[in-house]
Amino acid sequence: MSSDRIRSTRSHRASIASACVMLAAITTSACSSSGSGGATSALSSASSASGETVTLITHSSFAATDVVIAEFTTKTGIKVEIPKSSSDAGEVLARAILAKGKPEGDVLWGVDNTLLSKAITAGVFTPYTTTALSTLDAGAAALVPGHELTPVDLGDVCVNYDRAAFDTAGKPAAPKTLDDLIKPEYRGQLEVENPQTSSPGLVFFLATVARYGKDGWKDYWTKLKANGVSVVDDWTKAYTVDFSGSTGKGSKPMVVSYASSPVAEVLDVTPPPATSPTASMTDGCFRQVEFAGILKGTKHRKASEQLIDFLVSKSFQEDMPLNMFVSPVVSGATVPDVYKTFTVVPSTPLSLAPSVIAANRDKWVEEWTTLVLR
Amino acid sequence: MSARRSPLAPPRWLGWSLAIGPLVALALFFVWPLVAIGSRGLRWSAVRHVLADHGVARVAWFTLWQAAVSTAATFVVALPLTAAVSRFAFRGRRLVIALVGVPFVLPTVVVATAISATLPRSWDGTVRAIIVAHVFFNVAVVVRTVGAAWTQLDARYEDAARTLGASRVTAARTIALPLLRGPILAASAIVFLFTFTSFGVVRLLGGPRHPTLEVEIYRRAAQQVDLPAASALGLVQLVAVIAVLALWARAGRRRPPASALRNRPPATRARRPAERSFVFLATTVTMVALALPIARLVERSLAVPGGHGLAWYRSLSSAGRGTTRALRPLAAFRTSLTTAFISCVIATVVGALAALALTYTRRGRGRGLLGAGLMLPLGTSAVTIGLGLFVAFGQAPLDLRGSAIMVPLAHALIGIPFVVRALAPTLQAIDPRLHDAAATLGASRWQTFALIDVPLARRTLIVGAGMAFAVSLGEFGATSFLTRRSTPTVPIAIANLLARPGRGNVGQAQALAVLLAGVVTVVFVVTDRFAEAR
Amino acid sequence: MSLDVDSIVVRFADRTVLDSLSFTVASGSITCVLGPSGCGKSTLLRVVAGLLVPDGGRVRIDGVDVTALAPHRRHVGFVFQHDVLFPHLDVGENIAFGLRLARVARAGRAARVGELLELIGLPGYERREVATLSGGEAQRVALARALAPSPKVVLLDEPFGALDRDLHDALVPEVRQLLRALGTTALHVTHDRDEAAVMGDQLITL
Repeated sequence: MSSDRIRSTRSHRASIASACVMLAAITTSACSSSGSGGATSALSSASSASGETVTLITHSSFAATDVVIAEFTTKTGIKVEIPKSSSDAGEVLARAILAKGKPEGDVLWGVDNTLLSKAITAGVFTPYTTTALSTLDAGAAALVPGHELTPVDLGDVCVNYDRAAFDTAGKPAAPKTLDDLIKPEYRGQLEVENPQTSSPGLVFFLATVARYGKDGWKDYWTKLKANGVSVVDDWTKAYTVDFSGSTGKGSKPMVVSYASSPVAEVLDVTPPPATSPTASMTDGCFRQVEFAGILKGTKHRKASEQLIDFLVSKSFQEDMPLNMFVSPVVSGATVPDVYKTFTVVPSTPLSLAPSVIAANRDKWVEEWTTLVLR
Repeated sequence: MSARRSPLAPPRWLGWSLAIGPLVALALFFVWPLVAIGSRGLRWSAVRHVLADHGVARVAWFTLWQAAVSTAATFVVALPLTAAVSRFAFRGRRLVIALVGVPFVLPTVVVATAISATLPRSWDGTVRAIIVAHVFFNVAVVVRTVGAAWTQLDARYEDAARTLGASRVTAARTIALPLLRGPILAASAIVFLFTFTSFGVVRLLGGPRHPTLEVEIYRRAAQQVDLPAASALGLVQLVAVIAVLALWARAGRRRPPASALRNRPPATRARRPAERSFVFLATTVTMVALALPIARLVERSLAVPGGHGLAWYRSLSSAGRGTTRALRPLAAFRTSLTTAFISCVIATVVGALAALALTYTRRGRGRGLLGAGLMLPLGTSAVTIGLGLFVAFGQAPLDLRGSAIMVPLAHALIGIPFVVRALAPTLQAIDPRLHDAAATLGASRWQTFALIDVPLARRTLIVGAGMAFAVSLGEFGATSFLTRRSTPTVPIAIANLLARPGRGNVGQAQALAVLLAGVVTVVFVVTDRFAEAR
Repeated sequence: MSLDVDSIVVRFADRTVLDSLSFTVASGSITCVLGPSGCGKSTLLRVVAGLLVPDGGRVRIDGVDVTALAPHRRHVGFVFQHDVLFPHLDVGENIAFGLRLARVARAGRAARVGELLELIGLPGYERREVATLSGGEAQRVALARALAPSPKVVLLDEPFGALDRDLHDALVPEVRQLLRALGTTALHVTHDRDEAAVMGDQLITL
């Protein structure tokens, strides 16, 4: 009895092992045969590029409506593969740099202005000037004179606040400017993310540098610290747990997030309310631009160019706001009403030149850490 | 009597030939990726910079220290429950053993918020919170690994001690625990390495003031995209882990004495009032403490606008429908379970070979190296493993980037130590006289192995394999760095939900996590049943 | 099945444990080896069983030189000092272990197990767990296990040492009778002179 069972367990194990080897072999061959697809370039017309698949590498915040993506395929005959990602922008770029010359995909979406200089100096992108260049936001386009990357969306990082905690009897007025944040009536109410570990955290920090200058920011942050600012490591904790205006119903009524975050608070609510429970300050917002680019070494150059053109086309740009909570970079794209109503558009968002950011960021963040966290 | 070789002892070459498989696997899927990422990323200037940085020294020290304290605390908390389930039979024992494994598998990112909600607010962002969370996640390792071995340990040794005047506690402390040295060292190594490279807990519960090496590596690789700095730190971490493992190998050099193994679960019910209260308290207090954050998680997953309900569960299949971020929860579970199954099989085969190799080789440096070497992946940054595999297998001749085997491979690397560390002590504890007896009854060496060793080791092998399966289900770090597939695993899907604003996302993430917890409980109940069956 | 021990020499590190020991056990008879603890009695048994390779000398069973033969081919049964019953098998499976290895059919195994249990005075114990047996019962089962595959020679290493006086006095003649009834050649090691006198047809002192 038992020795038969043992004998069969051992051969059972052996057969599982061989099945796995076969499975691995089959999957490997299946996967390497897809995606390496069709004809190599030297094709100029869209229809002769049909049957190709172009792969779009993205970060975890990317989202687009299937129907819109399908439009691209209908128009050009090129299929788009968008592997699901759980990485954020930095990880995606890190992988692209590691895979330099032998990219995992053809087009990369998700480099932002804080990573722009690094992306360009790493030399992983092939320049391409999109046919829609003239429709792009001038400020955004000016950041990439060499066209290694193409701007694809705009966003603003601003301080969001919970309306219910302000503007009523016994509560302070809603905060309006960065200077307000150091006032005693807002003591202990602000939560920011760590610029070392969080993208919005870093961007907010850069906003204070842009506003108060390369030396003045230290004074500002000393005052913020004295006013009880709390720091957490990532946006998820700050927004979904500690923020009193969102699902977590936490204790902080002010948190660093995006100008479009109030939209998210009303989207799933029926019937749609007249005002969002949260709002964003218009002062102290920092303009964030996202870029996409063609990876060097791609085997689908022409198709990638067509994809980039599509990404800055009206149909895709109008699909972005409610999927990714970002604003179009293209003039002439209209945003859905709910997005327009609940997203503030800062009149003069703060910004810093990407080269300045690249040159000083590490040093500034070190200094910030010593100042605020120790 | 010992210097002579008994004709029953396995030949010298057997141990080392068994080791070939595991060594090759380790070299190919761990060492080579490390070399690959190191050669790409490591710059001596960055290394020198990192070594000169006092901040780094402080972070490294903190990482070591919090891991040691977390490990000790985990044992302190886990031992009473371990003793209770090993020595007493009580109603619900099997369920307790299965349930205790659930926290181990839950994705940190979801449970961390539940944990911090259970702790006092003043503990937010403190080291205390980190340690408590570490204990929460790792109690399972101790209870299941040490518990499985303790259950099999013949109770007569402790009984003998008790007849000589020792209380149950003293007998456990002075007799059982020393005899369980092997499994205890194994469990402590695993817990230490896990807490050493812990990322989610440190970030979410410790906050920005208490970074560990892992957090720093991730930050440099994925946020600053500064690969030389990340590699330099990765090297520091690797050196620290190797030093720890060297110490551990020395501690484990002495084999525990062979002790009789029993195969039945304990038959004794607690009879004396003191015993009954002990069992009751140990079980209830520990399980309640573990259950609190999970209960909160369940409650939150049912909290829909307007009260409580199943809305988040129901909306899982329609989440993101029509967009590229469509969730497809069933597909995610299918991916997770398939990945876990494949990685568990790999880990079990390689781990079993390694455990046998460790048993059959003579005591010496080689054996210590093999044992410690297999533990290394547990102590290596997920960033390093993920990116290393990505770089090493991202080019001809072996471009496996798109392949479905990469993620299970990475998971298997982390699962192998569980199998080895569960199995090896048991194999080594088998009384050699049982082999003698079998030989005199006509069993050849192979038959002795199959008919005596395998049945006696089967339980711990299954427990080890079960842990490897669970580890794979809950793995997030290395997976997120590896090749993307069109269907993510459940932890990745959960992280995706949490990364974006939207009322429904958090609720759905929590619902998904609760479902994962349910799946894991079923897995553990089933594997435990297999382990205890005849 | 005669057993012939011829000039066996065993040395450990610094001392010679067995120095050119020779004797013969006639077929079907019981030889007792008497000596104080530590004089090499167990070592002798291990050599005969093949669990230990001697430094010199030969062991012959029925005239055939088995010195180089592996223990599992010698068909030599062994009863250890303390029961070494397999913990994961019940009483019946323990006893049947050698029979299974000899590929005896299920019915034959069951019959033999039943027969032996009767002989050792534990009828109906087939499905009992070994952990529940008393010391005397366990040793008797160990004996049955060793005898089940009808070995040519049975070696007993002070098997009655751990038993109480009454049980001891009852068991020793029983076992002798059993061995004689089965016609098994036996080599029995003990330090108890009286026991040796009862058990053995031949007495050897180390």
